Amino acid sequence: MTLVYVDNVHKAFGDLKVLKGINLSVAQGEVVAIIGRSGSGKSTLLRCLNQLEKHDSGQITIADKQLDAASMSPKELSENVGMVFQSFNLFPHKTVGENVCLAPLVVRGEEKAEVEKVAREVLEKVGLSDKYGAYPAQLSGGQQQRVAIARALAMRPKVMLCDEVTSALDPELVGEVLRVLEALAAEGMTLILVTHEMSFARDVADRVVFMHQGRIHEEGAPSELFSNPQTPELKQFISAVL
Amino acid sequence: MIEFTFWDILRNLLLATRWTIVLSLIAFVGGATVGLLLTFMRLSSNRWLQRLTSLYVDLFQGTPLLMQLFLIFFGAAAMGHPISAWLAASIALTLFTSAFLCDIWRGCLEAVAKGQWHASRVLGMNYFQTMRHVILPQALRLSIPPTVGFSVQVIKGTALASIIGFVELTKAGTMLNNATFEPFTIFALVALLYFALCYPLSCYARYLEKKLYDAGLR
Repeated sequence: MTLVYVDNVHKAFGDLKVLKGINLSVAQGEVVAIIGRSGSGKSTLLRCLNQLEKHDSGQITIADKQLDAASMSPKELSENVGMVFQSFNLFPHKTVGENVCLAPLVVRGEEKAEVEKVAREVLEKVGLSDKYGAYPAQLSGGQQQRVAIARALAMRPKVMLCDEVTSALDPELVGEVLRVLEALAAEGMTLILVTHEMSFARDVADRVVFMHQGRIHEEGAPSELFSNPQTPELKQFISAVL
Repeated sequence: MIEFTFWDILRNLLLATRWTIVLSLIAFVGGATVGLLLTFMRLSSNRWLQRLTSLYVDLFQGTPLLMQLFLIFFGAAAMGHPISAWLAASIALTLFTSAFLCDIWRGCLEAVAKGQWHASRVLGMNYFQTMRHVILPQALRLSIPPTVGFSVQVIKGTALASIIGFVELTKAGTMLNNATFEPFTIFALVALLYFALCYPLSCYARYLEKKLYDAGLR
């Protein structure tokens, strides 16, 4: 079943055309890694999927609902799409538990006891159940990012978007975050990740999408794509990053 | 002629200090109320409200407080509605304080990282929910040190009210000097009293700033 469907999406910032006709469909439970040079439009594509950027033309459909400003409120959008950022963006004035509970309480108006139970479950899932009362500033980068993942999970989204979630981390902390994502993938969560972690893309993704100059230049199963790139641009990219 | 002992002078100055404190409080409470209103006007999406607020802030930041006092005090009289020095000083200081507080608070709201807005949006929160639960609590903490710091300027600003005849600390000093001709003693005492009011506030602002830093919010 197709969960995310992107049809001929264009996006420009002033004169700069960042997305020049993107077509992509992601099935339920699929893990898609988007790779490419900086400036190739990968992050913009991800931000269009949750309408942090409005696309200029084309269609984005998520769970059979078409995305545009009029048809989906932030609340409705959050029922479908979760997102984890490169810079964590945890709420620094709230504890880990409060970070996770805030949106379910405020946006959904769910029962406090129920929300707290869910919060403990998702924190358990990311291996941080002992940090419930800690403040983000007391945690390492890797722990903060895992809280951010738990916070997104607490909204039970159908698809999770991950925007270079390990790029701001010290190398020794990357592994713990990737392992959490890997576990999510194994559970059947639909994931779309923009990533520079090629080994992760190769091992965990079902499909790798290579973006180049605002277009999807090449895509396929990771084993194929990495061992047998068809275009010179992808060959060059792979030799540069591996 | 009446003789003034040192204690007479000090006692009179201390009594006048009350009015400096009261005027400062009026200016601060009034300025904070108007300033808060202005802050939200400035942040609104209405272009005209934004422009109007900017003009207001620029006007009151770009002219001396003394001129504002004169314009209000003498202006009201010229228009046939003379007002007391009390009222004139309260209005002028309120307007002046509100312009600066508006600017300080707008800065604090904008200083909260953009990523906080994005994270809230992605979690499904609307503008008001984001403001209330995410942005305002952080901006409030950021704003406390500069706000307390600015209150020192307000206290010193009240000295100008002496020129339109309002008897507060500075005016009392001038009057006592006219009677005793001991300018050094008197104005040293006046300065000391201002310092006694302002210095603890400055220390408090510094302490709050450090606390903020330790909390990892800066």
